[in-house]
Amino acid sequence: MGLGAYVAVSAVLFALGIVAIVTRRNVLYVLMGIEMILNAANLNFVAFNRFGGDGLDGRMFAIFTIILAAAEAAVALAIVLNVWHLFETIRPSDADMLRE
Amino acid sequence: MLQRVFYGFIAVFALAALGLGLAVAGSPGLAFGLFAALTIGGALVCVWERSVVRSAFALMATFTGVACFFVLLESEFLAMAQILIYVGAILVLILFGVMLTPPDLNERKLSRVLPGIAIIGACTAWIGMKTAETATWAIAAAPPTGGKVEGFSTAERIGVGFLAADEYVIPFELAAVVLTVALVGAVYIARRRRVDLEAPTERGEV
Repeated sequence: MGLGAYVAVSAVLFALGIVAIVTRRNVLYVLMGIEMILNAANLNFVAFNRFGGDGLDGRMFAIFTIILAAAEAAVALAIVLNVWHLFETIRPSDADMLRE
Repeated sequence: MLQRVFYGFIAVFALAALGLGLAVAGSPGLAFGLFAALTIGGALVCVWERSVVRSAFALMATFTGVACFFVLLESEFLAMAQILIYVGAILVLILFGVMLTPPDLNERKLSRVLPGIAIIGACTAWIGMKTAETATWAIAAAPPTGGKVEGFSTAERIGVGFLAADEYVIPFELAAVVLTVALVGAVYIARRRRVDLEAPTERGEV
């Protein structure tokens, strides 16, 4: 399969991630959408690396993206728990105060 | 519910194994279609489904599909890391989030969000068309090497790249520091406040 097919799959995955972020009220869907978008970006990095030369830069970038995604998920879960304790809601649109 | 989740696991991994077998047997086109169906289908179910738990499990299909794509792109190490970190860790974190927060039963109705979905889809299609028109796919034909060196798997080259002083050793160490800081920070943020712990005794409940 050529590069274009991978780019198309990754574009669709990216769009679905945006849909998950924009259309849902639960903040956990926002997290899932972010993971989808990161996966789409990773797929692009690896595909362009595979089809575009001898270096390994794209794959390295994808590895660091995965590492940062793991850190991001941990911190995001901590923030979600804290927001739930403070505001008794996990809707991102309802948690709109910076101080108690 | 548990039984369905179990069957879902088996179905996803059976599809992935079937696709990988097809790729080895010499029809990567068919394998690509299968993986694309796994990835996009999982994401579609995740967006469509009203229940958070089911969405999280549907996301597992997406992550597995992307891992299969990595195998197809000759990045075995990345595929392994994808399974370990995304399916093994991030999905479990999301499920913990689901279990530790209350269910929100007032999700938006599908009919209310359909226009938004249509707009996003149209924008994606438009940008895709424009890109396909203007892009010069100079590298669209796969080169014989594609980052592969004879006698070395990409996993070996990635490992050497991590440790070689003139390649990626500084980002590698920085990633270790970032992970440590992020995890300590996450524990600090998520810890129970002293007020929460002392509240019952103040009310005389011991």
